[in-house]
Amino acid sequence: MRFHFKTTYDQDIRLFPDWWTFGLYAALLAVMLILPWLIDGFFLGEVTNVLIWAVAGLGLMLLTGQTGQVSLGHSAFMALGCYLCVILMEAGVPFVAAFVLCGILTGVLGAIIALPALRLHGVYLAIATLALAILADDLIVILTPWTGGVAGKFTPEMTILGFEINRWANPASWYYLVLIVAVLVALIYRNLLRSPLGRAFAAIRDSEISAQAMGVDVAHTKAVAFGLSCAFTGLGGALMGLYAGAFNNETFNFLLAIQLLMMIVIGGLGFIHGAFLGAIVIAFLPQALSILSDQFGRAMSIPGLEMGVFGMILIAFIILEPMGLYGRWMKIRIWLELFPFARRDMFRRQKSYLKTERLR
Amino acid sequence: MSLLELKNVTLKFGGVTAVNELSLSVEEGQVFALVGPNGAGKSTVFNMISRFYTPVTGSIVFDGRDLLTLKPHEVPQLGIARTFQNIELFDRATVLQNLLVGRHRLRKTTLVEEMFFVGRARAQERAHRHAVEEVIDFLDLQPYRNQMIAGLPYGVRKVVELARALSTRPRLLLLDEPASGLSVEETQDMRWWIDDIRRQMGITVLMVEHDMGLVSNVCDRVLALDGGRKLAEGTPAEVQSHPAVIEAYLGTAAVSKTANATGGRV
Repeated sequence: MRFHFKTTYDQDIRLFPDWWTFGLYAALLAVMLILPWLIDGFFLGEVTNVLIWAVAGLGLMLLTGQTGQVSLGHSAFMALGCYLCVILMEAGVPFVAAFVLCGILTGVLGAIIALPALRLHGVYLAIATLALAILADDLIVILTPWTGGVAGKFTPEMTILGFEINRWANPASWYYLVLIVAVLVALIYRNLLRSPLGRAFAAIRDSEISAQAMGVDVAHTKAVAFGLSCAFTGLGGALMGLYAGAFNNETFNFLLAIQLLMMIVIGGLGFIHGAFLGAIVIAFLPQALSILSDQFGRAMSIPGLEMGVFGMILIAFIILEPMGLYGRWMKIRIWLELFPFARRDMFRRQKSYLKTERLR
Repeated sequence: MSLLELKNVTLKFGGVTAVNELSLSVEEGQVFALVGPNGAGKSTVFNMISRFYTPVTGSIVFDGRDLLTLKPHEVPQLGIARTFQNIELFDRATVLQNLLVGRHRLRKTTLVEEMFFVGRARAQERAHRHAVEEVIDFLDLQPYRNQMIAGLPYGVRKVVELARALSTRPRLLLLDEPASGLSVEETQDMRWWIDDIRRQMGITVLMVEHDMGLVSNVCDRVLALDGGRKLAEGTPAEVQSHPAVIEAYLGTAAVSKTANATGGRV
C-alpha cells in the first residue's frame, strides 16, 4: 500500500497522484505506441475498433456516468458527427479541420437539442432521446441530396499534411490517428473532472436541488454536459463511419445507442477506465462468439445470439456488480493492497448508495 | 437597514396557506431563529428565500436587492448559503469535492480553459483548495477529507453540509435544523461553531431549530411561527415565556379550561 504524504495542493490537482501511477500510464502508452510492431494487421484493426468505441463511450459516460442523464439517442449524434465530417471533407475542408469542426458542430447542435429535452427526467428523457435515434434514420433518408440516403456514402481520401491515412494500405496509420483522438478525449474528460464544471456535473447527478443552492445553473450546466457528450460521441461516430469505409442510414441504427449504453454500464458508470473496459467487451464479444460458433459448428450460430448474450451480460452486471468491470477491478486492487486485512463486508455500503433512482 | 427583510409574505399551496402575512427582518451580524411546531412553515420560509418557492404576495429583500426577481441558482451569488433539513449532499463524491462545489459561485474559468486546464484553471484550483482547507480546519473535518459521503455517519454529514455552505463565503447563512439528529456533544460543538461563525467570520445566521437549549444559547432574536403566522418575536427568553407560544406548544387554553372545570384545583 502506498501512502501519500502531501506537501502541496498541487499533488491533488495534477493528473497523477504519484510517480508510480504516472509510470504505469506512461508504460501503457509506450506499449500502445509500439503495438503495430507487436501484433498483426487483423488484431491492430480490432484494437482500433476498441478505441473508436471508447471515444464514443466517453461521450455518453460524461452525460450518463457524470451528469446522471440517460440518453438512448447517442447513435443520432454519432451519425451527425460522421455525416458532418464527410460532407465537410467533400466540400474541400482538410481532414483534420473537418474532424475537429464536426465535433464542435455536433456539440453545439446537441446542446441546442438538449435545451428542451433536458426538462425531462429519467425514463422520459431516455424515451425522448430514443425517439431522436429512430428519427435520425428517417432524416438521413429524407436528406438524401446531402447524405446519400439509402445508397450511403464512402470515405473520401484522408490525408494529414500530405500523409495518407488508409485502413487497407497502412492499418497503423489509422491506429495512430484513433489512439491520438482517444488520448486527447480522455485527457479533456480528466481535465473537466478536476475543474469546477466537472464537479458541477457530479452535483447535478447527486442532488439537483442543492446544486442550485450552491449556485449551479442546472439547465445551463446540463446543456453543456449534453453538448460536450455529443461532441465526443460525434467524433467517435465520425471515426466509426470513416473506418467502416462506407455507411448509410442503417449504419447508425438506434441499436448502436443501446449498445453504447450497455457498454458504459458494463465498463463501470462514472469512470474513464469504464469506457475503455466496456469498449473491449463490446468490440471483442462478437469475435469471441464467432470463434465459439466455429468451434461448436451450427449449434452456436443462432440469429440474434450476439444481442442476447449482450443482454444477459448486462443483466448479470446490474445484479452482481453495479459498478461494472472497473468497480470490480478496484475491489480486487484494494483487496490485494490490504492483504491479508481485507474484510468481506468492506464494500457492503456501496449497495446503499447505488440506488436505482440515481439513474433518474 | 436590515440585511434580510420579508414583508407580508404569503404562500399558498392550493387551498393551504403555508405562510400567512409574515414579516421579519434580520439585522447584519445577528443570529436569528425561527421556531414553531411541525408544519408551522419554517422550512417553507427558507425555501422562499432560496427561491424554490415563489410567494403569492409580499416582498423579500436582501441587502437592498429584490430576491423575487432572481432564479434559485442566482441567490447564492448574492452571498446566501443554506443547509437542508434532510441532508442534501453529493453522495458519490468525496468531502473535499462537496466543499469545492460550494466554491462554484466563484468560478472564473471558461469552458475551454477547463477542458485543456490552461490559463487561470490551475491557479483557480489552488485558490479554491486553500479556501476549502480553511473551512476544513475550522470545522475539524481533516480525518474525512477524502472519504465518500455515502460512507459517512449522520453527524459528520451534518457538519459537511455546514462546511459546504461556509465554502461559498456567504454573508447570510440559512441553517435548517442544524442540531436535529445530533448527539449532546455534537450539539455542543454546533453551538460553538455557530457562535464562531458569527463572531470570527462576521456571517449573519438565520436558523430553524427545535432544540430550545441551543436556540436560547446562541440566538439574539427568535420568531415563533404557528400555522404560517407570526406568534411572537423577541429575545429567546421573551418568546419562551410568551403566552401564545406556550399555548401553541402546550395548549394553555386546554389546561386553564380543565382548571376552571375543577374549580381551580388541578
